[in-house]
Amino acid sequence: MKYVDEYRDPDAAARLAEALRRAVRRPWVIMEICGGQTHSILKSGLEELLPPGISLVHGPGCPVCVTPVELIDAAVAIARRSEVTLCSFGDMLRVPGSGASLLEAKARGADVRVVYSPLEAVKLARARPDRQVVFFAVGFETTAPANALALRQAAAEGLENFSLLVAHVLVPPAIEAILRSPDCRVQGFLAPGHVCTVMGYREYEGLAARYRVPIVVTGFEPVDILEGLLMAVRQLEAGRAEVENQYRRAVRREGNRAAQAALGEVFERADRSWRGIGRIPLSGLRLREPYRRFDALERFAASAAAGQESGECIAGLVLQGLKKPPECPAFGLRCTPERPLGAPMVSSEGACAAYYHYGRREEGGWAGSA
Amino acid sequence: MCLAAPGKIVELLAEDAAGLRRAVVDFAGVRREVSLAFTPEARPGDYVLVHVGFALSVVDEAEAQKIFRYLEEMAEGQAPAPEDSP
Amino acid sequence: MGGFGLICPAPPAGEERILLAHGGGGRLMHQLLERVFMPAFSNPWLEQRHDGAVVRFNGLRLAFTTDSYVVRPLFFPGGNIGDLAVNGTVNDLAMCGARPLYLSAGFILEEGLALEALREIAAAMRAAAERAGVLLVTGDTKVVDQGHGDGVFINTAGIGVVEAPEEIGPQRVRAGDAVLVSGELGAHGIAVLSVREGLEFDAPIVSDTAPVWEAVRALLAAGVQVHCLRDLTRGGLASALNEIAQAAGVGIRIEEAAIPVAEPVKGACEILGLDPLYVANEGRFAAFVPEGQAERALEALRAAPVSGGAVRIGTVLEESPGVVVLVSRIGGRRVVDMLSGEQLPRIC
Repeated sequence: MKYVDEYRDPDAAARLAEALRRAVRRPWVIMEICGGQTHSILKSGLEELLPPGISLVHGPGCPVCVTPVELIDAAVAIARRSEVTLCSFGDMLRVPGSGASLLEAKARGADVRVVYSPLEAVKLARARPDRQVVFFAVGFETTAPANALALRQAAAEGLENFSLLVAHVLVPPAIEAILRSPDCRVQGFLAPGHVCTVMGYREYEGLAARYRVPIVVTGFEPVDILEGLLMAVRQLEAGRAEVENQYRRAVRREGNRAAQAALGEVFERADRSWRGIGRIPLSGLRLREPYRRFDALERFAASAAAGQESGECIAGLVLQGLKKPPECPAFGLRCTPERPLGAPMVSSEGACAAYYHYGRREEGGWAGSA
Repeated sequence: MCLAAPGKIVELLAEDAAGLRRAVVDFAGVRREVSLAFTPEARPGDYVLVHVGFALSVVDEAEAQKIFRYLEEMAEGQAPAPEDSP
Repeated sequence: MGGFGLICPAPPAGEERILLAHGGGGRLMHQLLERVFMPAFSNPWLEQRHDGAVVRFNGLRLAFTTDSYVVRPLFFPGGNIGDLAVNGTVNDLAMCGARPLYLSAGFILEEGLALEALREIAAAMRAAAERAGVLLVTGDTKVVDQGHGDGVFINTAGIGVVEAPEEIGPQRVRAGDAVLVSGELGAHGIAVLSVREGLEFDAPIVSDTAPVWEAVRALLAAGVQVHCLRDLTRGGLASALNEIAQAAGVGIRIEEAAIPVAEPVKGACEILGLDPLYVANEGRFAAFVPEGQAERALEALRAAPVSGGAVRIGTVLEESPGVVVLVSRIGGRRVVDMLSGEQLPRIC
């Protein structure tokens, strides 16, 4: 598959690993932000190729994981209404709320459907004027433009039975929150490549300068991640702190103007609570006034009252790169994908899920040769 | 959720009701209808990165090749000084 | 993105209900077996946890198996539920080293099902039975109210005579054994999903449903000491290998680069976020044979049309018992976990 297979090539990976070995003189802690990157690293066993001295920590780039539990609860409450068909990306269904997850609600009769695109939800609203079709709009800046366009289309067609439950989050404020934490050990970042195809990377330049950290916009395949690490390490060794673009084939500095325009027409920045992390100012999106009538929380007068979390779940620490999943006392024992205590164990971008599925459960590392 | 796959535009389709461009994109033999609303410049033959049914970016072939040329140079013994980037 | 797809988490303890994932072929289904069925029915045959049972009767070794087919949609590229109902059961017998002989078929029909559809399904079953060399000798039909079935559910049971000289099952797997697969993976699951998701292909992906006894017979005829066979249905290659690793108490290492997947299936998996290791197959199986006989086994398999694409994908290890390890294309290692939930609803 073109533009995929080449970036999984073993020779390219080996040469980049060799270059990394030559480049590293001191230990460095680097965070990859996107959960998709975390999974790629664990799925390919990439850390085995790294020289000692490079420590990878995993970031909060899992929109499913950081959706506040209050919104899950609201989604479940809305889905339980007999007139509602709630559409969502598959991942969200498994995430535990204060009580049930969406999938549990579905098992008990709520009309919950998995879609791969917001346009499918709009199509459903068009086909079923008798139903209230609610789309659970989760995601980073990558997904927001698509949701914006879908809503614009619904509005233009007069599909008043359509609404969005908005849970969008933004990456740069999250990076800043991590950098400001007194426990932060991260010295360099791999920024999420697909978010940057939309937003570009100008917003990261201020962060890099203010906090003196290199930020490398990076793709998702093993060769991408290795090249991104090489670029970050070279900066760190040279004492530089700039924004560089590894994902050059897909990302331009100014991003995608058309996508940004759609996003800006429908959404505006708002404060958002990140599950496990807390409130980060202006780190989320909400519907702008002309589209407010499509807001599901308002339409269904659903409360977003504070939810309840498992006392044991340390998702917040995992998402900020302060702990690794195997360090959680509940990991693999009281918290599994079948019975999750928190979101990162059931999201396809969650760090806990990645360690659970791809790593040895007992110690998170390897026992025995293979 | 940040899952985006690269595919080749094989056919442009009629614009949808909102006047936005759509295309058939081929992913290693699988064809899907994709919105080109965010990539108005894309043409048949271009590769695009597709996320939740929308093309977000046209893949730059020249940039895509750079890393592999760089790695070839590296293998041929022209190891660059640490300051150089690929 | 791995084999995540849809996962049903278990409900809060104290109010357990059956979830779709209990039929998924993965962890939850195994828990169901362990917690409900094994305690109720435990006996030496069930303890083996193999697809079929081999019973001795008057000096004959007979294999006996049953399977139910609930696939949705009923018709998909490459076949329909009828094909699966025959081939699936015939193949379970083959996995015991048994030549399939006779089938029974029980139909649960939903009120309102079109007779034409039923005719087509029956015709497919007849053709499949002919191809597999079996006779459908007995059956049953019931009808349920509209809304209480999916058009049709089919249960088939099968009897065969064991032709393998020695027992075939996980208990015979040894460290050092070669792990083979009979051909490219993922076609059935993607074919079924393509209907639901409206995927289109240059060259349509068709289900790989087929009887595999010819391939097993070729292995036996070549004198290969077959230790274990397992068809790669629900839960895919990953689930089958995990089951065997656990039942046999061995580790298994497989090479990602060696796992055969057709390009369009790879493409479909990429865009849907699926892992081909977990996608169901209907005419593919894994074989465990002694290291020294791997080449002979592959030659024998490749001579049979249904296993023309057979390749070696890995090795059985003494270390890390119960764990399946994958060496990735770039040389790193990771565990191949048991499927945690329901990757694809109703694909078999």
